[in-house]
Amino acid sequence: MNELVFFINNVMIAGSVSGSIYAMGAVGVTLIFSIMRFAHFAHGDMMTFGAFMVLLLTTLFPQAGAAIGVPTPILMLPLAMVLTAGLAVGIDHTFYKPLRAHGVKPIVMVIASLGVTLMLQGLIRLFAGTGGSSLYVDDRKEIFRLPIPIEGVRMPVVITEPQLYLFALTIICVVALHFFLSRSRLGKAMRAMSDNPDLAQASGINTNTIVAVTWMLAGGLAAIAGTLLSLDVTFKPDLSFFLLLPIFAAAIVGGVGHPFGAVAGGFVVGFAESLAVFNWSVLLRPFRDSLPEWLALPSNLAFVGTEYKIVVPFFILVAILVWRPTGIFKGKVIT
Amino acid sequence: MPLLDARNVHGGYGGMNILNGVDMAIEANEVGVIVGPNGAGKSTMLKAIFGLLNVSQGEILLNGEPIQNQPPNQLVKRGMGFVPQEHNIFPSLTVKENLQMGAYLKPDNVKRMLARIYEFFPPLYDKRHQPAGELSGGQRQMVAMGRALMAEPDLLLLDEPTAGLSPRYMNEIFARVKEINAAGVGVLMVEQNAKQALGIADRGFVLAAGQNRFTDTGAALLADPDVAKSFLGG
Amino acid sequence: MTQPRPPSQQRADSVAAPRRFPLRELTLFLALMVVVLAVYTAMGSAYGTRMLVESACYAILALGLTIQWGYAGQFNAGVMGFVALGGFCAMFFSIPVNEAFWNSELPGELGLALLYMLAAIVLVVAASRLDRIGIPKPLRTLIAVVLGVVLYMVVINNFREVAGQIESQAGFIGGMALPVWFGWIVGGALAGGVGYFIGHVCLGLRSDYLAIATIGIAEIIKAFLKNADWLTRGTATVSPLPWPVPGPGEVGFTLARALYLSVTAVIIAVIFFLLHRAYNAPWGRMIRAIRDNEVSAAAMGKDINKRRLEIFVLGCILMGIGGAVLASFNSLFDPQGYLPLNHTFLVLVMVILGGPGNNLGTIFGAVAVYIIWLMSEPLALFLMQLAVDIGSATFGWDAPTNLDSRALQARVFVIGLLISLVLRFAPKGMLPEKVRHHG
Repeated sequence: MNELVFFINNVMIAGSVSGSIYAMGAVGVTLIFSIMRFAHFAHGDMMTFGAFMVLLLTTLFPQAGAAIGVPTPILMLPLAMVLTAGLAVGIDHTFYKPLRAHGVKPIVMVIASLGVTLMLQGLIRLFAGTGGSSLYVDDRKEIFRLPIPIEGVRMPVVITEPQLYLFALTIICVVALHFFLSRSRLGKAMRAMSDNPDLAQASGINTNTIVAVTWMLAGGLAAIAGTLLSLDVTFKPDLSFFLLLPIFAAAIVGGVGHPFGAVAGGFVVGFAESLAVFNWSVLLRPFRDSLPEWLALPSNLAFVGTEYKIVVPFFILVAILVWRPTGIFKGKVIT
Repeated sequence: MPLLDARNVHGGYGGMNILNGVDMAIEANEVGVIVGPNGAGKSTMLKAIFGLLNVSQGEILLNGEPIQNQPPNQLVKRGMGFVPQEHNIFPSLTVKENLQMGAYLKPDNVKRMLARIYEFFPPLYDKRHQPAGELSGGQRQMVAMGRALMAEPDLLLLDEPTAGLSPRYMNEIFARVKEINAAGVGVLMVEQNAKQALGIADRGFVLAAGQNRFTDTGAALLADPDVAKSFLGG
Repeated sequence: MTQPRPPSQQRADSVAAPRRFPLRELTLFLALMVVVLAVYTAMGSAYGTRMLVESACYAILALGLTIQWGYAGQFNAGVMGFVALGGFCAMFFSIPVNEAFWNSELPGELGLALLYMLAAIVLVVAASRLDRIGIPKPLRTLIAVVLGVVLYMVVINNFREVAGQIESQAGFIGGMALPVWFGWIVGGALAGGVGYFIGHVCLGLRSDYLAIATIGIAEIIKAFLKNADWLTRGTATVSPLPWPVPGPGEVGFTLARALYLSVTAVIIAVIFFLLHRAYNAPWGRMIRAIRDNEVSAAAMGKDINKRRLEIFVLGCILMGIGGAVLASFNSLFDPQGYLPLNHTFLVLVMVILGGPGNNLGTIFGAVAVYIIWLMSEPLALFLMQLAVDIGSATFGWDAPTNLDSRALQARVFVIGLLISLVLRFAPKGMLPEKVRHHG
């Protein structure tokens, strides 16, 4: 049973954590893809920016959260979301909109977003330094150890406070997004524009508004994902670059232009990663004695070492591009 | 005062002129039909009216006010509806959502107009929760027309509404066009099925090479041997 | 549009325009030469020559990217990976043989491990064809997957063991002691092979997917080279790498680097000549047709994807060669030194600034941007120091101590800004590629 708890901690919880982060990133990427038709490479740095805003605000007012009993970074999150949404709209206005007006190919937009990535990275490093720093300035990271009430189980299930916030916020965001897209006038207009931009314009939908709303949503979600990731580990300026591949893999797995597919894709990638780096020999250990002599159990039975974790999203990406480029839920934008 | 009055319209894409001085006028209680050979500028004229391409010369009046080169969403506000020939629905949105998008600028209309559209196109009511992309061609055309009607336009522009439809559906669509017109909406449409379309037209415009060749009532054009010989296939 | 044109117009359009005086090219290259001379006088000839050699290596990389991006509109966002592969080959084939490895049991065990790997692949492939002898497809898939997982585990464990033994007993497997140029060629070939794999998967799809996939493959190549200590010594790095020409120890820095520079110059000249030939051959005409008008080229048939794959692989080969030449020159193989900024984005800026698809413009861009890149480091430090001095003098500002490392981040920002500005204001670069119509 201890082994099972180990599995829960290392696969179920770890997979859900990275799955939630990827899901929120992938939703933003897929929304931008479906409205503006290009892969937004600066998305990871929008996450970092959001986390950096939280770091800044928390450093300025370290005790603010204590007043109402939540960690200060969580209290600062809404403000950081607004700032990141503003940044996203500003970036679009300054860098992407003029290119769109020229009618450039999507791939040029991709390169432009790489330029934005570098600028954001440069600025964040300039102000934040290159090292890591904890978002918990004045608070303490709560770690919950839940004992399992079964005879002989010594290992507790371990879950941290930011992880709980992450799960809660992910669920809230997905539900809110669902209602926004299926019920609200603006959300429907957004789907309409992703279906058929010309007809949306002919119906009187102001496409500039939709573009701005898309950036706000993507920016806000990016700020949540970046902040909670930084809370779970630590804040680092190069947090983002390694998130790009899993996030894009998640968006493509879910079918580009399909927000709920992106959520599913995020969890597929997150769980695949944690399953691949999990040492399976731990689970087989209880049966060690009953195994025949010639089948001695190696101590390490992980598919890939953690240092090769990035292979997992890449493998998923290649597999989906080869076998089903439209994603598991049929996406819109493939050619 | 005519509902739509286009005078000497020139325009085209990039530097190339496709329209070389087209005149076109219809009244509010009329159905206007534009026919002519391929490349005559029929659809281009419709797009010029709806602000989708640059009008370099001439003027277009809607209810007496100049509207040339205004962006489409302004024209929707001023009472114009446009149904493109292709890609005229939102395939992943439900039928109801498609219709709601039509009244995007007039949210107060939604409830009242939805009821009217369902009355007008009964098949749409049964399929209102289905994605529009799953419907048949004729039903899609109904969704497309319904969407344009949701904003209660004074003038409805239809670009080849019967293209690719079976004769049964074609007659159905033409009947609906007449009904729409009877309800007080001026209609201007481009048609390939020239004979049938002129049959329901109050006013017909035969275009060739970006200019008016014949302009008369639909019945008169059908009776004209010159028109019949050159444009209606004998 | 099929009307016959007046003969004079047709001539100007379809045949190469009458040679005009290349004023723009001449001015730009003259200006560049002045800057290079200024660097020589300010920093000394050893430094200047090193700078030129490195920018020549970058020019090879940039030529690879300009083929992909400028000729065919494919955006490779993982230049770094191909550069690293080239660097690895330059290291592996040229450094001395490791006697401690070859005199032990280890080569045999390594060979056996590789043999197992091969056998496992054969078995899994065979299992995936089981349906041909009448086994139902779902069962076949199950068998193939289970067999694949089990064999993968067995093989990878076996391999990890051997790798661990190599690391503990011999350090790493060492090199081949072959001539330097051999490693360069193999580096190009290996990079081309990886490019073929990626291109094969992505080229039929949206161009964005290629960018995503290449970013991924670059990071994977780096992760592998960094962690495969038995093969590359990983973070411990390998140096020195031999040169194809007499080294600084024999003839002095300036002369040795000048000799190396002539080697790179010959390589560039050969690439330039071959590209020029190919460009004017039927193959090149087809490529240009694809670039100028994808729709009409697509009407020519399905060959379009094959041509694009050829271009992509060719570009990757050049990147591999360039990476190999660069690693040999630095005389150091350090997998951690491969950074997206230095080896992908810098090359990208060179290409879009110089003129995508224009070979001469690309070389100009490579040298110009590399000089800017080198000079930006002392400049950023100087500006930062100035800011600190003023700050502390006027407001008593207590500056953070890690200012040096932060100043370098300004370069990241500058490269990003450069990309944005060029895309916006000079999307065709300093020496735009003229798109000629050809009948």
